Amino acid sequence: MVIVAGKGGVGKTTVSAALARAAALAGLSTLIIEVEGKSGLATLFGQPTFDYDEVVLSRGGGPDGASDVRARTLTPDDALIEYLEDHGMNRISRRLAHSGALDMVATAAPGIKDILILGKVKSLERDMRPETHADLLVLDAPAAGHAISFLRSPRGLLDAVSVGPINAQARDVLAMLTDPQRCQVVLVTLPEETPVNELVETAYSLEDEVGVSLGPVFVNAVYPELAGLATDPVQAAADAGASLHPGEADSLRAAAAFRRRRMALQHEQLARLGELLPLPQVRLPYLFNADLGPDDVDLLAQAARDGIEALVALPEAASNGVSS
Amino acid sequence: MTTVESVESPTGDSVLGAIVRRSRIVVCTGSGGVGKTTTAAVIALEGARLGEKACVVTIDPAKRLADALGLEGLTNTPSKIDGPWPGELWALMLDTKSTFDALVRKNADDAEQAEGILANTFYRNISGALSGTQEYMAMEKLYELHEEMDFDLIVVDTPPTRNALDFLEAPRRLTRFLDHRLYKILMAPTRGFVKAINVAAQAFLRTVSKVVGGDVVADAVTFFQAFDGMEQGFKERAELVLELLTHEDTAFILVTAPRRDVVEEASYFATKLGEADIPVRALIVNRMHPHFSDASADALHERARTLAGTDLGSLYANLGDFIQVSTNEEEHLAGLAAKVRPAPVIRVPYLETDVHDLESLAEIASHLF
Repeated sequence: MVIVAGKGGVGKTTVSAALARAAALAGLSTLIIEVEGKSGLATLFGQPTFDYDEVVLSRGGGPDGASDVRARTLTPDDALIEYLEDHGMNRISRRLAHSGALDMVATAAPGIKDILILGKVKSLERDMRPETHADLLVLDAPAAGHAISFLRSPRGLLDAVSVGPINAQARDVLAMLTDPQRCQVVLVTLPEETPVNELVETAYSLEDEVGVSLGPVFVNAVYPELAGLATDPVQAAADAGASLHPGEADSLRAAAAFRRRRMALQHEQLARLGELLPLPQVRLPYLFNADLGPDDVDLLAQAARDGIEALVALPEAASNGVSS
Repeated sequence: MTTVESVESPTGDSVLGAIVRRSRIVVCTGSGGVGKTTTAAVIALEGARLGEKACVVTIDPAKRLADALGLEGLTNTPSKIDGPWPGELWALMLDTKSTFDALVRKNADDAEQAEGILANTFYRNISGALSGTQEYMAMEKLYELHEEMDFDLIVVDTPPTRNALDFLEAPRRLTRFLDHRLYKILMAPTRGFVKAINVAAQAFLRTVSKVVGGDVVADAVTFFQAFDGMEQGFKERAELVLELLTHEDTAFILVTAPRRDVVEEASYFATKLGEADIPVRALIVNRMHPHFSDASADALHERARTLAGTDLGSLYANLGDFIQVSTNEEEHLAGLAAKVRPAPVIRVPYLETDVHDLESLAEIASHLF
């Protein structure tokens, strides 16, 4: 399982989609798990929105659903009903979930909603039935600070609830989260100052307080290199034997200068991230197209795959973080 | 970077300037990562610049406001920030738990009741973790500042859009909690209604105990018993806070970035405010890309293709890309702007660096006012 975490607005859902699709293109059956709903994941794949029931977002055409990307949204209420039904408490389950009592119980033992979701995630991870099994789970974690409390919930509950099913559940979830063979956290950020600072903070809290293993950092929206932007438009036109419309040189120059300044700032932040956090980086390109669709997801999936392969091929360069 | 449209009111004052002058409370709402905290700080700073005694309240746990103001360690009581303005600028970072503790002390009959509650495990969970508590306490703090200190302007920063409902309903949330059937069941023994606890309710409690453990339920019962008699004070206070939020001297400002997904969230929030009969007084859009020319992106990309491989080709491709971005941004904003009409739309360009000092706040102010 890969848990994708990062603060709001850094493109967590886009990275989840790209990772899932990259895995699918490599022949793995993949399940994306949403926990907040309303994330636009379905739109990325050009599909209608989905909820608790699993849907297929993209077909890879592999045998037995290999290479498919599936998705579902988990909610604490649904997870609780399922849990109680599985534990012989059918009669009470709907009442408990729908009377608002879950809110009361959740107040009595905070983190209980999170553990219900994580418990369900764990049972999906352990699900080996051929018709429902997924080779890779991608969990699109809650945003920002909540990701930490979300992942910290099993440890907190172990202290608060010393016996019973919640305790057992918390124990199992913690075992999954802290086993690097089963679970890794991928942190997403933008190459900008504040997001980089927050990512570094989050990374250390997750390692120290939850004990999860961190995978490479995904840096989203990095401007792709484009040669020739340093040339003055008038000179460039002369070189190309072309002529410019009146006033065009100014806007070409301003746009080129803007991009070069922003790229320089991005490189600074990427270097700073590399210094502050000794984790390999995978960079995904900034897409100028605002309405991301399945083609863009594929493009990002390819970039993710290239980035990961480069890390595998060059472990030393990668562990140094920034090389450019 | 010339995209700022300065919006002038009939008096020549900027629209946002007029709002700052007219309002006693400004609430900045919007999703995370759109520069809400910074915007709140800039608005409070403008108040101080206009000679007002202004205070900015943030509940953002990332301590970004403290960074922006160059202050480490803001606390739950306002601290004054010195600077070259005629008014006063104060800032505080909400501490949910101490605000809640203070509220309990204020409503308790005596110190003993207060201490009994503050020491209870269940209370400690509520005060730190009940969903909506943070929002509720932000509004409680707002009310307290409004009532107890003579600020001319209080600017509050709110939690992300996803919690919009919590935020608007926060003051009602706890009272609903207190009206809950389960609470009444738990309270019954102390009120002498022992017989009223029917068999089903007991089965229900047993199930809860089975799932979360008996200790948790026992803590809850102790808490509710200790809390007895305080509900009324809490409910009345909650009503006063709601009244303050819907008062005409309170202005809600929606802050967003022009990205499609962020605009969608902002739009959802505008709807929620509308349902609560709270008008959006201004829409602030941060991080707008510059609009370099009126040429069409398609034409520029076409030209880039015919010139592929040359520097000029790259220059055209790049310009085309940015025209595309700024055209898209305007398209995304159009629907939201229509929804919050007649609220003015104030655009702030993408800034070169992040905001971490008063100087950079002043630069943003030059775009806002």
